[in-house]
Amino acid sequence: MTDLAQDLLSSFVVAEAGLNGAKNLGVVNMRKEALDRFEASGFPTTRDEEWKYTNLKPVLKHDYKILLKSESAVSFGDIKQYLLSDLDTYKLVFINGKYSSWLSESTHQNYDICTFAAALNKYPDVIAEYLGKAAPAGETFVDLNTAFADDGAYIRIKANKTVDKPIEILYITTDENGTSFSQNRNLIIVEQNAEVQILERHQNLGGAESFTNFVSEVFAARDARVSYYKVQNDSDKASLVDNTNVKQETGSNVHVGTYSFGGKLVRNNLHFYSGGEHAESHMDGITIIGDGQTVDHHTLVDHQEPNCYSRELYKGIYLGKSHGVFNGKVMVRQKAQKTNAFQQNDNILLSDKAKVDTKPQLEIFADDVRCSHGCTVGQLDKNALFYLRSRGIPKREAEGLMTYAFASDALEYVKIPQLEKRLNGVIAEKLGINLEFAL
Amino acid sequence: MIKIKDLQARVEEKEILRGINLEIGPGEVHAIMGPNGSGKSTLSSVIAGREDYEVTGGAIDFEGEDLLDLDPEERAHKGIFLSFQYPVEIPGVTVSNFIKTAINESRKGRGEEPMEAREMLAKMREKTALLEMDKSYLSRSLNEGFSGGEKKRNEIFQMAMLEPKLAILDETDSGLDIDALRIVANGVNKLRSEDNAVVVITHYQRLLDYIEPDFVHVLYNGKIVKSGDKNLALELEAKGYDWIKAENA
Repeated sequence: MTDLAQDLLSSFVVAEAGLNGAKNLGVVNMRKEALDRFEASGFPTTRDEEWKYTNLKPVLKHDYKILLKSESAVSFGDIKQYLLSDLDTYKLVFINGKYSSWLSESTHQNYDICTFAAALNKYPDVIAEYLGKAAPAGETFVDLNTAFADDGAYIRIKANKTVDKPIEILYITTDENGTSFSQNRNLIIVEQNAEVQILERHQNLGGAESFTNFVSEVFAARDARVSYYKVQNDSDKASLVDNTNVKQETGSNVHVGTYSFGGKLVRNNLHFYSGGEHAESHMDGITIIGDGQTVDHHTLVDHQEPNCYSRELYKGIYLGKSHGVFNGKVMVRQKAQKTNAFQQNDNILLSDKAKVDTKPQLEIFADDVRCSHGCTVGQLDKNALFYLRSRGIPKREAEGLMTYAFASDALEYVKIPQLEKRLNGVIAEKLGINLEFAL
Repeated sequence: MIKIKDLQARVEEKEILRGINLEIGPGEVHAIMGPNGSGKSTLSSVIAGREDYEVTGGAIDFEGEDLLDLDPEERAHKGIFLSFQYPVEIPGVTVSNFIKTAINESRKGRGEEPMEAREMLAKMREKTALLEMDKSYLSRSLNEGFSGGEKKRNEIFQMAMLEPKLAILDETDSGLDIDALRIVANGVNKLRSEDNAVVVITHYQRLLDYIEPDFVHVLYNGKIVKSGDKNLALELEAKGYDWIKAENA
């Protein structure tokens, strides 16, 4: 057992005493059971098949503070650049894991856009119905989060409501606690025929190392529509394990886009449980990283019912000494006839020192399905590069233009123009190109 | 304008050009013909600066400057244009943005100001009309999903926009039906002037009915083995290449 695991176990009693929802017996028991499972399993190592390519040891070795103090000195000016300033949004801002009402803009009109901490006490029936029902018990980081998390975003959109503006969720870490270990949790419930757009990011504003173990549970009821965008452009001191679990019912349409440009080590465990006919599951992303950075996408689509569609498109561009991992599992259960599943992972290595491990996994138990998958790892096409240069476009611009063209189709499903513009800006900056190249 | 002297080049270990000598003056049209594998496309690629080919001897002088020292983009800035036999598809980049970038990068390379947006637009309109292209071409992704004929027409459109001093048309006639051939040739003819030169690389006489050459050269086994006027092309059309091969066996 690592020192960090020991620290976590011994912190639990103190943590639990201060936790919200401590009076809710169901939640108390859920936490204790989750902690017991964590105690038995400990942190995964590279001997674990699911963590074969991503070594957590270097980021778990720090002496993290587990019981964090919030900080009131953070002003809107400090966080403004991490929000879409040209767009009116609801905002849920958390500083060192605790909700900041000063920096946020929540609502209870028509829909609940507030905090998990409040919901634990205010809506015990909803919590009992949904909490832990999408995130799989038995996964180490989920269990650990279940035991400790006491705040995060709580979003519940009532049937037939379309949220009038996007919701931005921002998790900020400061130097207040030194090296910090944060665990927050989102609970997102989108009822029948309701619609919502959510943007989320984690940001370490300080100079100390940080580790975030994050869980998000999304429930999309019949015909619900959810767009969930994750912008990962954190400092090189910040590591993140994001466990996002989506449960879908009949006719629902959920898109999760993950745009990874920064951070030290980022692991995205993204699971879709497609549990109703004609559900659509979309997941896509762009990764552009450089020296010393690792981004690991582990996705699962579990097709449980017939006539569903899933689309998965991840593009990776690796510079310097960076490391990318893609592991995409598509499960089609026996009952899930007429499943149409598409999966593609394409990578470009722009440096000799960059490395990618990519592994598609199909487990198909139904006989009448259409599943396609593919992965590529390559360099830029020399012919195309020569073509552009022969027209007078200098080598560096030509490479940038081709790299941008390679990545940009993973932005096709971004429905918020301001976000698309912002992402294009980051991509252009990372690739050192002039955006006028783009469409 | 361009003087090629004893040019030798190879790709990997294979010698392809074995001593090419060719001089092209302003206002001239040269046709280079020859059987498959004789080195025609290699010659055009080496002039344009493709890095897959290693120049092992000889020199290319372009308007008093050693061309072989320059990057492909620098050659483009000096006014060299290669119409590709197989134009490359670049999804995600429109024809209009591509040509805008190419023109302004070339101007920047020559130390000139970018072209005014209004002038650019007027020019695009004029040149699409010249090549009988629909305006919708401009907003399509470069060469993506274009037919063979559309790709070739798009090459000549780029040439018309960039106004090169030396244009090399590498098998621009392949994959074109007779109407497209006429349109493309007409475009090239309209662009001819006292100051620029055109090199037409082709297997067949057909294109030369429309773009009339001043000189015809036969390339065989990496060397120019015969030069003449347009009648040489007619002779090749009538007799094929076997007699050339026999003469140079």
